[in-house]
Amino acid sequence: MAIEIEAAPSVQLSRVADSETHGENLAYFAGWKAYDEDPYNEASNPSGVIQMGLAENQVSFDLLEECLEKHSEASTWGKGAPGFRENALFQDYHGLLTFRKAIVSFMEEIRCGGAKFDPERVVLTAGATAANELLTFILADPGDALLVPTPYYPGFDRDLRWRTGVKIVPIVCDSSNNFQITTEALEAAYELAESMNIRVRGVLITNPSNPLGVTISRSVLEDILDFATRKNIHLVSDEIYSGSVFSSSEFVSVAEVLEAREYRASERVHIVYSLSKDLGLPGFRVGTIYSYNDKVVTTARRMSSFTLISSQTQHLLACMLSDKKFAKNYIEINRTRLRKRYERIIDGLRSAGIECLKGNAGLFCWMNLSPLLEKPTRESELDLWRTMLQEVKLNISPGSSCHCSEPGWFRVCFANMSEHTLEVALERIHKYMEQRRT
Amino acid sequence: MSYISSNRTPLLSKIATNDGHAEKSPYFDGWKAYDKNPFHPTQNPNGVIQMGLAENQLCFDLVQEWLVNNPKASICTEEGVDKFRDIAIFQDYHGLPEFRNAVAKFMGRVRGDKVRFEPDRIVMSGGATGALELITFCLADPGDAFLVPTPYYPGFDRDLCWRTGARLLPVVCHSSNNFKVTRKALEDAYAKAVEANIRVKGLLITNPSNPLGTILDRDTLKELMSFINEKNIHLVCDEIYAATVFRQPNFVSIAEIIEEDQEYNRNLVHIVYSLSKDMGFPGFRVGIVYSYNNAMVECGRKMSSFGLVSSQTQYLIASMLSDDQFIGKFLLESSGRLATRHKDFTDGLRQVGIKCLNSNAGLFLWMDLRGLLRESTVEAEAALWRVIINDVKLNVSPGSSFHCSEPGWFRVCIANMNEETMKVALTRIREFVLRNGDKPGRKEKSCQSNLRLNFPFRRMEDVMRTPCIMSPHSPIPQSPLVQART
Repeated sequence: MAIEIEAAPSVQLSRVADSETHGENLAYFAGWKAYDEDPYNEASNPSGVIQMGLAENQVSFDLLEECLEKHSEASTWGKGAPGFRENALFQDYHGLLTFRKAIVSFMEEIRCGGAKFDPERVVLTAGATAANELLTFILADPGDALLVPTPYYPGFDRDLRWRTGVKIVPIVCDSSNNFQITTEALEAAYELAESMNIRVRGVLITNPSNPLGVTISRSVLEDILDFATRKNIHLVSDEIYSGSVFSSSEFVSVAEVLEAREYRASERVHIVYSLSKDLGLPGFRVGTIYSYNDKVVTTARRMSSFTLISSQTQHLLACMLSDKKFAKNYIEINRTRLRKRYERIIDGLRSAGIECLKGNAGLFCWMNLSPLLEKPTRESELDLWRTMLQEVKLNISPGSSCHCSEPGWFRVCFANMSEHTLEVALERIHKYMEQRRT
Repeated sequence: MSYISSNRTPLLSKIATNDGHAEKSPYFDGWKAYDKNPFHPTQNPNGVIQMGLAENQLCFDLVQEWLVNNPKASICTEEGVDKFRDIAIFQDYHGLPEFRNAVAKFMGRVRGDKVRFEPDRIVMSGGATGALELITFCLADPGDAFLVPTPYYPGFDRDLCWRTGARLLPVVCHSSNNFKVTRKALEDAYAKAVEANIRVKGLLITNPSNPLGTILDRDTLKELMSFINEKNIHLVCDEIYAATVFRQPNFVSIAEIIEEDQEYNRNLVHIVYSLSKDMGFPGFRVGIVYSYNNAMVECGRKMSSFGLVSSQTQYLIASMLSDDQFIGKFLLESSGRLATRHKDFTDGLRQVGIKCLNSNAGLFLWMDLRGLLRESTVEAEAALWRVIINDVKLNVSPGSSFHCSEPGWFRVCIANMNEETMKVALTRIREFVLRNGDKPGRKEKSCQSNLRLNFPFRRMEDVMRTPCIMSPHSPIPQSPLVQART
């Protein structure tokens, strides 16, 4: 490491740099660290920590690899790589048209044709992380707020707030109605912001929800859209898990609601999508913003210069996703495998005496351990979380890191491991629950 | 599809509605002219030739050959697909270790192995564009300023200021000393900021310079270091063109200056790098922030989540840059070809009396057309530029878009085309010069009163007799017309 110069006055970094808003000192990340230090491995470290805090999709790689085999030459720029030059030079922030068309086709397939998308409205960003931040820069000024239903993905605290200076005001949901978003809760959040003199610029929902693993019903979507229209604010729908809904008929995208309304009031709606979850390719940094607002599309496109998708990756995915047969097949099989995983974990947990929220999507389940808490407090929840991490050796995510209003809920990921590892995890939970009973 | 505009469309943010994207700059107008009528040797031989894009297209044949011989570097080939899963899943913001190692090694090699870079200090970003913005977010609060020597790359206005709220203050440089950055210019700029109550957080330099194509000498670098140490401000060095140096004097990186003198405060120094220019891969978005400040590395790494390099690309680059033999050959060839291209072009321009700033780096020339302006104004420069775009059909970039203090300079990119296109460009320039020769009563149709489109040649016939300057086999003659005016 560099030699530290003594007695040199340290020049401050910025306020943004010094703030803790990146959120990395929270439990969510602490669990990752514990896992990194003692990671489970079937062969070499069978008693290590099993990572159940990472919402990754590892169940369908074989399908991707098969597709690659068929399109190998196309994706490597052709035999002799003649396409390399053009691809390596391509830095146009509109993005490769072939890729945009392929993504649109994939998004339409997921929604079973319930909505049509225009490739000219697709803006590309390096991951949904960048997409959410970018939209926030466009829709809100520093000090303004976005309303976000709780519980929500911990990363939003960083993505929506850190560099933007925008606040999150929670739309509080609870288990009394299975954490559904209600108009009352929306209104309450809005009033809370108003009372603090904070200007609300939009609502950001995740559909299907992370961490709940549930799709938002059509009628609730209508309510949210009506609310946004009444208040004349934006609606961002993060549909990153849309391809992970276990049964195709159960997902309704905000795009479908808009189409049914003939796109009235659609200029306030923006959809975020990514291939990190549905295709299991988080490393490739493929995020998209789809906006029904022309100015947002133009501005987002310009802003995407800070976070473009590698043209190499755009090219690869254009090759793969343009194969409609592959895409259709992938979506179906992926869904089925996820559903099977979900059913297995729910079953396993139930036989250990643990209930989960009834879910129908995603790479995780929302587990209710509130009966196990000493006291219905955040501290008790964290105590239990630590026990899970240190004794049961499972890294699961405590609901408090998702800003859940009720202590005792945990998000448990099940798609980032082999079936065998899942069984090991379930066994450990069983043992733990047995020990508790005695 | 367009959507019914409701009476009440929610507003967008100030950032979204201001001009911070900087696309209204004339820098981009030329691109638009090109987009509408792009040159193609066979399909559109009268189209506009793009000379406003600083791209390096000279060595793709070498890279292509390497790719064919190294199928394992791609996770899509039969040979490489066994790595697909691991790479596809890898989203750790530290980056693939082999990527960091390879980039650190490459950066060292480009600097003649005179310095060593530590892989742990490498932070990824969405191209150099993302790197510059990231650094600014980490170093400056809204309203804070960076000093930047003029002329400078137009993208800086967007990259450092748009979403960050920071500002850029010019350190004015002049042709009288070849646009060198002087202590006085720095002090003047700093004093102005203090007077205006603007907090200066740092100095941004590009070395080798865009648009000048020159490198900073050791003394100047030391001067800059002592200036920033004195004022206790950061130094951000954009070394994106480091490997485009094609002739002596050798490139001196700020990294070397730091190693040489332990008295400087390293915590103030940050380097921006990218593979967009040196390797010619702008599409791959490989941006690097290299900082000697640990807090910056820590913070920057977290922030890099907003612009990580695709793991697929990291993997390919790691493989390519660790091939020592290939890289050695590439760097040598690349600078050789740039040298040739540079010489061919400057010779060609000199033949018709057009001078360029003496340069030994970059992918462009800084062309001096001040003599063609009747008045030294931005308007005159803009008029000349319109003539160049519309009549000569070349998209070059006017100096004013680089915030140059003297009107009449133009940046001309020369490495983004093949030899044939270069010849066409030079022919057009030549013909344009001839058309506007010193003939009495001759008026250019689109003549602007602020331009003097009469080239002051004593004997136009000599120009026409000059043998083809493009042939690599004929010696470039000493043209009797070399005395171009300034």
